[in-house]
Amino acid sequence: MPGKPNNARTIKVNMMARVEGEGALHVTVCDQEVQDVQLRIFEPPRFFEAFLQGRHFSEVPDIVARICGICPVAYQMSAVHALEPIFGIQIPQSIQLLRRLLYCAEWIESHVLHIYMLHAPDFLGYESGIEMAKDYPDIVKRGLRLKKVGNQLLTLLGGRSVHPVSVKVGGFSRVPSKRELETLIDDLLWARDAAVETIRWTTGFEFSDPEQDYTFVALRSATEYPMNDGLVASNRGLEIPAVDFEQYFQEKQVTYSNALHCLLNGQSYLAGPLARLHLNYEQLSPLVKDVLSTTGLSLPFKRVSQGIVARSLEVLHAIDEALDIIQQYEAPNDAAVSVTPRAGISMAVTEAPRGLLYHRYQVNEDGTIQAVKIVPPTSQNQRQIEEDLRAFLPHVLDRPDEEVALGCEKIVRSYDPCISCATHFLTLHIHKLPA
Amino acid sequence: MREAPIEDQQEQESVLGPKRPRLAVFKFTSCDGCQLNVLNMEDELLALGEAIDIAYFPEASSRMTPGPYDIVLIEGSITTPEDAPRIAEIRNQAKLLITIGACATAGGIQALRNWGNVEAFKQAVYPKPEFIQSLSTSTPISEHVQVDYELWGCPIDRHQLLNVLTNLLAGIEPRIPTHSVCLECKRQGHVCILVAKGLPCLGPVTRTGCGAICPQMGRECYGCFGPAENASQSPGVPPNTSSLAQQFHQQFQIIPQDIVRRFRGINGYVRPFREESDAWETK
Repeated sequence: MPGKPNNARTIKVNMMARVEGEGALHVTVCDQEVQDVQLRIFEPPRFFEAFLQGRHFSEVPDIVARICGICPVAYQMSAVHALEPIFGIQIPQSIQLLRRLLYCAEWIESHVLHIYMLHAPDFLGYESGIEMAKDYPDIVKRGLRLKKVGNQLLTLLGGRSVHPVSVKVGGFSRVPSKRELETLIDDLLWARDAAVETIRWTTGFEFSDPEQDYTFVALRSATEYPMNDGLVASNRGLEIPAVDFEQYFQEKQVTYSNALHCLLNGQSYLAGPLARLHLNYEQLSPLVKDVLSTTGLSLPFKRVSQGIVARSLEVLHAIDEALDIIQQYEAPNDAAVSVTPRAGISMAVTEAPRGLLYHRYQVNEDGTIQAVKIVPPTSQNQRQIEEDLRAFLPHVLDRPDEEVALGCEKIVRSYDPCISCATHFLTLHIHKLPA
Repeated sequence: MREAPIEDQQEQESVLGPKRPRLAVFKFTSCDGCQLNVLNMEDELLALGEAIDIAYFPEASSRMTPGPYDIVLIEGSITTPEDAPRIAEIRNQAKLLITIGACATAGGIQALRNWGNVEAFKQAVYPKPEFIQSLSTSTPISEHVQVDYELWGCPIDRHQLLNVLTNLLAGIEPRIPTHSVCLECKRQGHVCILVAKGLPCLGPVTRTGCGAICPQMGRECYGCFGPAENASQSPGVPPNTSSLAQQFHQQFQIIPQDIVRRFRGINGYVRPFREESDAWETK
């Protein structure tokens, strides 16, 4: 038989589940050799960068939140940290702490959702967290309550957990009193124990995907586990400020995807919890280090499926740090510093739950947005996902198609891809070209 | 099968029929935040999974069973050439179709493209715009198929969704409040953002449902629950946006182009807000 595409065997797995994204995965195999791997993202473009042009800088946090319902705080944080240097304002430490607390809350909510409801079912053989609850009711309930603690903290600081309303350039529209924050201490103390249990639970899973020698890229800070601050660093010696990001990282359009691929000097790399953990071990809270040392695992994690452990460790760190912030918090007199617009251009990188989130803004003298560039985490991981699948497929090509497909889905899901918010048509096609 | 004679009796009366209703969740162009609010029902999610057969919800489950479905939730707006036939097919599979959130109900923030040039937008974002399939408009689901209930909000309020679902389960006609968020704001005792603080608050013309969180957070409402119905008139009458816009202009000295942007936001394409912003564009 001739090796033409019309003779190709195509296998469809209808819908990739438990991811936030619309796309398809096309794998072409010929004579037991992987010819091509394409992660196709059909997520319809929403053109945020285009319609932000002409808006007032004060509207930006409300607008960019809508890029992602799962990590709106990340978009708000990158936005305000990019815009504030343009206006030359200094943010008081109490406001910086509150922003960190807000980010902790989002990490908790987003990570716990992925750990318990989206990713764990892969390890335990269930279709969903809800199905898993029939056999593991106490574990799933623990996960839901843990997620709720993150959402309660988000709601206290931002009015609601999805698209919070209090973040503004210069600070917040309202800051909580210390007493308000203290109402969450009991829940956070419970959550801290639950997070330790979560780490023990996820480290017991079986991780069978191939080990990879990843280029990890994350913020690295000398003073804190990175959220809003630090240099963009890698395990290969990169260390640059956000203003140089576009000199090193380039976005590339591929014909089969609506998401741009972001590459580091033309090469794939991994952003997100695995990278943050490896590059910032020293900044983890002592409790997280202690628990990690008892798991028998050591850094770096070289399997992407171990992202579930990395997320569990970061949940504990975020809870521990939230408790710490609440303890030292003193409410500032003013919820925000006043802002006088002026013209300029500036950039910031913060750490979204899924990894680096780069924003660049150009503003004119009356505060109107002239140009915007946003590089989300999933477009950065997209090429690495394809590389991982290329490494994985040779190990499983002798297996039935369904098994190959499920294995590929699990690799993609390990990244917690937020293909910003898409239709979930991740249809897997395997083209097997006869030799 | 467990015996539950009382529930069975109620289900017989339900529009959904006697069996455990089958629920499906579909997504079009959106941010996932409204679906996330389904998963954010931490206290109710497992009970909901018992009461309802979650037959299709890819964000939450690999189990994807074909229609027909008793209740279909739609997140997202129509923005690509494939979307219109897809929503028509979904409608055929749905006994009841409910839109969840500003995108599905009003076109969402991406409907800002409806005043722009999508070809130019593509060029602003993509090096090779010819590969991008996108309509020049973002439109709500109701412009394409019949919708049974609409939940507003960016995002929806999960309690409102839970209320609709439990009403349907109990055979009660869901009633989604349409009045202005000002009533809720007053009930909570917040100082009026518009009158006392002099900020351009959209509360008087915005639908209730969020819990008046913006005034609670010390800021003006930005209309993310869409237009209220005019309480002093009969149902379906739009809110008095022109009076509010005049106040912004005359009392707060807000210039017309800022009033345009004020109404042209999360729900900018829905008629009362769209007409108000268009009116100020020419002033």
